[in-house]
This record gives sequence, structure tokens and C-alpha cells, in this order.
Amino acid sequence: MSSFVIKTLRWGKNYLLSILDSHLIHYPSPLNLTYAWSFGSSAGICLVIQLLSGIFLAMHYTPHIDLAFSSVEHIMRDVNNGWLIRYIHANGASMFFIVVYCHIFRGLYYGSYMQPRQLLWCSGVLIFILMMGTAFMGYVLPWGQMSFWGATVITSLVTAVPVVGQSIVDWLWGGFTVNNATLNRFFSLHFFLPFIIAALTLIHLALLHKDGSNNPLGVDSTGDKIPFYPYYVIKDLFAFFCFLTFFGVFVFYFPNALGHPDNYIPADPMQTPAHIVPEWYFLPFYAVLRSIPDKLGGVAAMGGALIVLFLIPFTNTSEIRSTTFRPIFKIFYWLLVADFLLLGWIGQKPVKDVFVWVGQVATVFYFLFFVVLIPVIGIIEAKLVSYKTKRYVRDNKTYIKLSRIF
Amino acid sequence: MALRAVFTKYNKGAALAAASATTAAFSLVNSQSSAKCEEETLHSPSYPWDHLGLLSSYDCAALRRGFQVYRQVCATCHSVERIHYRELVGVTHTTEELIEMASEVDVLDGPNDEGEMFERPGKLTDPLPSPYQNEEQGRMANGGALPPDLSLMVKARHAGQDYLFSILTGYMDPPAGKEMMPGLYYNPYFPGSAIAMPPPLQDDGVEYEDGTPATISQQARDVVQFLNWCAEPEADGRKKDALTYMVVLGITAVVTGYYKRFRWATLKTRAITYVK
Repeated sequence: MSSFVIKTLRWGKNYLLSILDSHLIHYPSPLNLTYAWSFGSSAGICLVIQLLSGIFLAMHYTPHIDLAFSSVEHIMRDVNNGWLIRYIHANGASMFFIVVYCHIFRGLYYGSYMQPRQLLWCSGVLIFILMMGTAFMGYVLPWGQMSFWGATVITSLVTAVPVVGQSIVDWLWGGFTVNNATLNRFFSLHFFLPFIIAALTLIHLALLHKDGSNNPLGVDSTGDKIPFYPYYVIKDLFAFFCFLTFFGVFVFYFPNALGHPDNYIPADPMQTPAHIVPEWYFLPFYAVLRSIPDKLGGVAAMGGALIVLFLIPFTNTSEIRSTTFRPIFKIFYWLLVADFLLLGWIGQKPVKDVFVWVGQVATVFYFLFFVVLIPVIGIIEAKLVSYKTKRYVRDNKTYIKLSRIF
Repeated sequence: MALRAVFTKYNKGAALAAASATTAAFSLVNSQSSAKCEEETLHSPSYPWDHLGLLSSYDCAALRRGFQVYRQVCATCHSVERIHYRELVGVTHTTEELIEMASEVDVLDGPNDEGEMFERPGKLTDPLPSPYQNEEQGRMANGGALPPDLSLMVKARHAGQDYLFSILTGYMDPPAGKEMMPGLYYNPYFPGSAIAMPPPLQDDGVEYEDGTPATISQQARDVVQFLNWCAEPEADGRKKDALTYMVVLGITAVVTGYYKRFRWATLKTRAITYVK
């Protein structure tokens, strides 16, 4: 008995518990990770927060068109701390997206998608797309005006598919309009998809731990690793508590700031709201959708805006990971960040006047960045580097002369 | 050298370039669209609500007056169907007052053992009575426009409190040349400026128990606070919990931050020496 206990206590040697040891405790990490790397673990905790709060909400929620809105108000008013659970879940979705967007742009800046981490990046994009689907269906559940009309607008996009579009939409709806069957299946899928996301998160982690984390210098860090515990456990924990304070400001003081007031009006299929606006985290992609004057074209562009993210590891031509050492790319990286914010702002403006062409220019830049700028800038930078080194090696004096001309 | 200088300059200017590009686009769009936005509808001004502060609570006297305005004025046409008498206990009135108030209402209940519906005096657990038996009756009584339920009104409009106060106090004669359809009233804060609700409040339209002069703006202020409570009855408790949360989390974050520095100190201060 005692030998059994002792063997089990040496959990680094235990065939089951050693997973924890080799991935959370003695996992070798680069020495120089900044707080930008903490968004990954924060995103993981966000998923857990959403799962837990969601499970408690589901205990009190009723997925029926006549009862859904009232059951949410029941949670807000009658369930003990129900308002807290619901505000955590509703704002938690926004917080999750804030963290994930930061995580994605961090990966983009430091070239975390480059060889050998291509699949890691792609698994992340897949998680992001599933998150968007889950968040969209979750927003339908309270069955307010924005829920209903958002669901109607977004599912109707599928009618853009030639020939079979309408049939597919009827099949998605389970009827000839957004109805009780739609609400029911959205509830079911909204409950189910997060577990798929959780499974993909484990795959994402497995793919990460295959080659280890990238780092701010983008160089091989094998020579100088430190254990994950205590260094990154404590560092990520500090980052998470700071993030949780930010989260709390919204939950406790501005719980409806990120939502739309129309969703406190019960869904009414006979009355269309003046402006139908998706949640803020969809706005950049919504702007891409509306920038194309053709329905099918718009849907294809919006899909493309997500699909293009899968391509980055394969269109990339740079061998230098970190943007810190890529002066030309750095300019365009920050332009992309600005472009993405601009798209988000355009997404909540009416489709008229100058908003249309600003949106179109921003959309063109978005695609240009991924399809053209990433490969071309990589090639240009490589040429400039090799040009400079060759010249320098051949004739130091000529190099200095040449550089004066530049 | 010059080439490198240009790159370094652009390096430092990368964020600046992005920022200025966005700013330029924003200012361009704003300059072209500001003149056209939201024709004929005034945005409500921002009023200094006492109860909206991060450490403030509802003013129970105002809620009690606001509930009185609701019962004597608004309740003729509007319901607050999500509020029960029990929720008002300790907020606007005492238990005894509310039991008496509820018992003055006849509530349809049943069916009883014989299968008959019957009327009984209201109880604390009943919701506040609705002026209509159903939506169709409400439409019928108001020329087709159903007066909306007010339980969530403050949360269901942009800048809810300011908007409702502006609507209640914003009635005026239509500007010259503006034709009003019969049954519609001019109110510049309402989308489209024509509202079906007649001006609900009058000076001294109610008589407050506590002697507060019942001007239109006083009544509007009180009833908006009451409706704010209807939409967010949890707000006081939420702000109280918030303080605990923020203090606890703040301390935790500081302690964790210190501990992080402590654990990393050896790594941060190490020196690497290369020996030939």
C-alpha cells in the first residue's frame, strides 16, 4: 500500500499524471516571453468561464419562442445571483473575443504561424471560426429583437448560394422562417459547440507543445529554456488577474455597454428594428460582407476574409519570424491593425455615402495584406538583406558608396 | 547608411503611420456625414442622474414618488408586467402597505375545483396589474398603437434614462409648416418627431405624500428613476458586490504581481559570462 502511494505521489513518473507534469510543470518554455504570450492562457480560462456560466444559465433557460425572453428575465430577477451569471456569460463572450483578437494579432506580429508552426496557426483559425458560430447562436437565445433579426439576416445569407440556397436555409431554419425549431436547434448547438472548441483547444495545445512556444525574438530558444512552473504559471496568473479586473468593470458597472438596447425588446417578427447591427466582434467581417454590392459576392468575401487566415503560413515567404526585425513589414502590419479597426467601425455604420467606399478600400487592403503583401514583402526583405550582405562581403568601400546614394 | 536611416525612421513611424491613416479616414467620413445624420430627431441631453454613480444607490423616496406617478398616470395605458408587489417591499413601501395595495386589485385566478375561473383579491406574489387583458385589447383602446410594457424600457433604449426624461418633458407645439396627423403629438426626441402618446404629465397632476412640488420635470425625474429600478432592480446589490470584487481582485493582482517579480528575480538579474 505505502509503495503504491509513494509511486503515485511521484507523479512525474506516473503514466497518466505525467501529462500534467510535462505540459504544465516541467514544460520547457523560452526565457523571454512577454505578457503578449499571456493571452493564450487567458483565452483558455475564458473558455472555462463561458462553459461554467453557460451550464448554470442552461439550468434556468427555456428554449421556446414564447418563453425564452421571459426565462432570461426570470434569471435576471428571480434566480439567486442570476444577473451575475448572465452578465458574466454575456460580457464573457466579448472578453473572450478581445483576448482572442489580441492573441491572433500577437501571432501575426511575431510570425508564430511560420514553419514549423503552420498547423498550430490553422488549428487556431478553426477555433476562431467555431467561436464566431457559437457566439452568433448564443446571441439568438435571449430572443430579443436583435436576436431574431440578427438570426434572420445572417441565416438568410445562405440564400446567396445558387440554386439550392433557399432549400438549405429552410433546412437550417427547420421551417419557412426563423421559428421555434430554429431557436431550439441553436440552443442545442450553442451547448454542444463549446465542447468541440474545448477539444480543439487541446489539439491546439498539443500542436504548440510539439515545437514549443515561439518567442519575441523569433529565434530558436532551445539553448535557454525555463520550466513552465513557477515562471509562466505565476506570470500568466498575474496577467489573468489584471484581465479579470477589466472584465469585472464591465460585468459590475457597465453590463450592457457592449450589448444592443434593442435586445431588451422581445422579438417581434412583424417589426424590423431601424438598424440591425451584429455584436461588435463581428463588425469587421460584417463590413467586408456589406462592402461588396453583390449578395453572393458579399457572402463569398466574408467567408474569404476568414479562409484567407488559413493561408498565411503558406503564402508567407519570410524566414524572419519577428516583425521587430522586419522594418517594411512592420509598417504594413500596423496598417492592417488600423484597417481592421476601421472595418469594425464601418460595420456599425449605415450602408450609405462615404461609408461605402471607405469600407471597400479597407476591404481591399485587408485581402491585399494577406494575399499580396505577406508574400511580396517577404521576398523584398530577403532580397535587400542578401544584397546588402553580398555587397558588404565583396567590397566594403563600394557598399558605403552605394548606401550614400540611397 | 541612408537606407538604414529611412528604415529606422519608418520603424518608429509605423504606429504613427497607422494611427494617422485611421484618423484621416475617420475625420473624412465624419466631416461628410455629420450634416445629414438623424434628420428631425433630437438627441436627448445628458442629465446628471444621482443614482447612476459607481458608488450611488437608488433614492427610495424618489422611487416611491415615481411609483405613485406610474400608478396614477402611466398605469392607465402601460403595464410593468415583470414587477411583482413582493419586489417593491422595502423599496417603495412596507410589507403592510403593499399587502393592502395588492388586495385592492381583483385578480383573475383559477380554475377552481368546479372548473370555474374566479376573481380574488391580489397578493404580494401577483404581478402589477396590466391595463389590458391582452395585446389586441390594448391596440383597440389606443388606435392600433400598443403602449409598450415599461419593465425594461430604460435598458431597451439608447441612453434610456435621458431619453425617457426627454420624451416626458419634450412635448411642444410643432414648428411652423409641420402638419401633424390627427392623434399624433409633436415631440422632437421621438424618432420621426410624431408620437401617439398624449402629453402624460401636468404640473400638479399628482399630489406627493411627502409634499414635494409635483412639477412636470419632478414627476418625470421620479418616474424615470422608478422605471430604471424596474429594469435593473439588482443595480444596488450589484454595485455593492462590485466594490468587494474590485478590492479583493485588486489586492490579489498586486500580491500576484509582487510574487511574480519575486520568483523571476533570479532570472532577471543573472549575468552570462563568456569564457574564452
